[in-house]
Amino acid sequence: MSPFETLKEKIREALPGLDCVIGWRQGFDPLHATPFFMRAPEDVEKLVWSPLCVHNLSTYLPSFRGKKVGIVLKGCDSRGVIELLQEKLVERENLVLFGLPCSGVADLTKLGRAAGDLDRVSAVAWDEAGFTLATPRGEVRVARRDALADKCLSCQFPNALEADHLPGDPLPPATGPDLGDEELAALEAMAPADLMARWAAEMSRCIRCYACRNACPMCVCRDHCIAQSRDPHWLSQEDSPREKLMFQLIHTMHLAGRCVECGECQRACPVDIPILALRRKMNRVVRELFDYQAGLDSQAVPPLFTFQVEEANIKERKW
Amino acid sequence: MVMSAAAYLPAPKLGEWLKELSVRHLVLAPQARGDAVVFAPYAEGGEIVLDRDATMPPKQAVFPATEELLRFRRVKDPEDPGRVDVELSASQPAPKTVVFGARPCGTRGFLAYDRVYRSPKTTDPYYAARRDATLFVTVACTAPGNSCFCHWVGSGPDDASGSDLLLTPVTGGFVVLAVSGRGDELLGSPLLEPAGDRTAEAEKVLAAVRAALPPAPDISGARDGLTAVFDDMGFWDEVSAKCVSCGACTYLCPTCYCFNITDEGDGLAGRRLRTWDNCMSFQFTLEASGHNPRPTKAHRLRNRVGHKFSYYPALHEGAVACCGCGRCVRGCPVSVDIREIVLAAIVRAARAREETAHD
Repeated sequence: MSPFETLKEKIREALPGLDCVIGWRQGFDPLHATPFFMRAPEDVEKLVWSPLCVHNLSTYLPSFRGKKVGIVLKGCDSRGVIELLQEKLVERENLVLFGLPCSGVADLTKLGRAAGDLDRVSAVAWDEAGFTLATPRGEVRVARRDALADKCLSCQFPNALEADHLPGDPLPPATGPDLGDEELAALEAMAPADLMARWAAEMSRCIRCYACRNACPMCVCRDHCIAQSRDPHWLSQEDSPREKLMFQLIHTMHLAGRCVECGECQRACPVDIPILALRRKMNRVVRELFDYQAGLDSQAVPPLFTFQVEEANIKERKW
Repeated sequence: MVMSAAAYLPAPKLGEWLKELSVRHLVLAPQARGDAVVFAPYAEGGEIVLDRDATMPPKQAVFPATEELLRFRRVKDPEDPGRVDVELSASQPAPKTVVFGARPCGTRGFLAYDRVYRSPKTTDPYYAARRDATLFVTVACTAPGNSCFCHWVGSGPDDASGSDLLLTPVTGGFVVLAVSGRGDELLGSPLLEPAGDRTAEAEKVLAAVRAALPPAPDISGARDGLTAVFDDMGFWDEVSAKCVSCGACTYLCPTCYCFNITDEGDGLAGRRLRTWDNCMSFQFTLEASGHNPRPTKAHRLRNRVGHKFSYYPALHEGAVACCGCGRCVRGCPVSVDIREIVLAAIVRAARAREETAHD
């Protein structure tokens, strides 16, 4: 039995004791998988597992708090679950975690660059070297590097870090280029004025739909986000690049020491603004200051959830 | 409708024509911004993207995401410092605008606005001013995609309603047809040639696109069906389970017209702004008492679908408040598919009717 078939069997076994198991099914076209809430045994037949299972489903977990649910996890998604456990936003005893080793998921934005019109792709296939898209112009071949999400090319956690079921042989970490690092290096090399102009240009097409926020597994304030509060009035209703960038910084600050870098914020953006770089920058700062990465150990206390009189990497007295 | 003879615009002259239009109009045309395509002011040399539908609809042209309604300033009376007056100044008039390169679905979205903001009963002066100042040069769709469903909602790839000029791509350029009296005014350019028998080619192109569309299901039962399942929260919980409650679907929608009005102050002065709002947001129906009649995403998604396919048609002679462009489907981070929900509601309502009949 393949690991996927084994997993389906485990889900069928667990389902009677659970409210639902969250996974994926085929979406509206060949390129889209879509989150799927399995409640009946026959639902499990519709479960899919492929490089198109791009979503981090741990985003849904806090809304099921108090109910017993199962969830299918890629390695990166499991970090979202772990961070939620660390923050006591979900209860471990209420979760059944179904992991599968993941060799990377597609970045539909990148595939769109190759396909032209992503909405006219009529079939998709993949292998270890890349993707093949059937388009009105004929078959288009997209190499792995130009097809997979950047995070997958250098993924250090291809297997769920916390799982009740993890069928199949674990995969080794990926050894590809760290494109996120390259992007950050390019941004850091810019003069501040140019950098600001660049962000203003990017943010000018933001429609302030808050998909970045709502797809984020760590954005747990949900209906009570400070961005939409009139009192205190941190943001005006004006949709200027400045206000919109301010929200990105609010999001980034609220994620300090919590962001698991799943990239959902950027993936969810309907106008493809490359906002993950801001979170990556913050994560690097947290790593340097606290020697810490979020969502790796459900027993660890996140650095900003605690207080040390003497921080090893913050020399308060030696400035 | 005034119909003049069709003209022909050779593709290489498109940039020159837009430049010509730019002399007297602000020309908004679909252009790449990063990986997205948005309607942005045309500047000479700007590359127009017509090989896929724009990520954003052209709605900003008539309904900006932020619109200043007025400015206010509190002024002390020098004779009587205890007395403070409020000085008001009205906002700028709407610029003359040409929207170039929207597909028929994107342009047709404004018909849903017109029935609300420019009806015999009520006219929104800000909307009407922009609407009257804006001309639509629409390009017929020759490439419907997986998320498209314009023909479900009574439209089609060459629907000219709401447009002033309709361009049809033919070999080497576009056949240009005035489809409104105002469109005629744009045909004076020396860059345009008589279309001759290219009109026949355009007809063939459009017939081929219409024929290529998969058959549209009958959604005439949506209006009553959605009303029938209104209280069936089990249904709405199920179809909204994956929704993450963001506003991408509404802000990408060419027909979503809801807004918020706030005073954004800065000391003693400030601006009254009208900004896009969306019914997917918790705050949309949050009342001052703290009560929220649409407390969950299921209630909110029910409103979005119900409004477009049931409540709006009930108020506006059956017109559906959806142009079938599919942006909500492809722009949704989790692929919520409004087509699927409408069809499921029709089936669910029919099943409930049958069950009642058997009781």
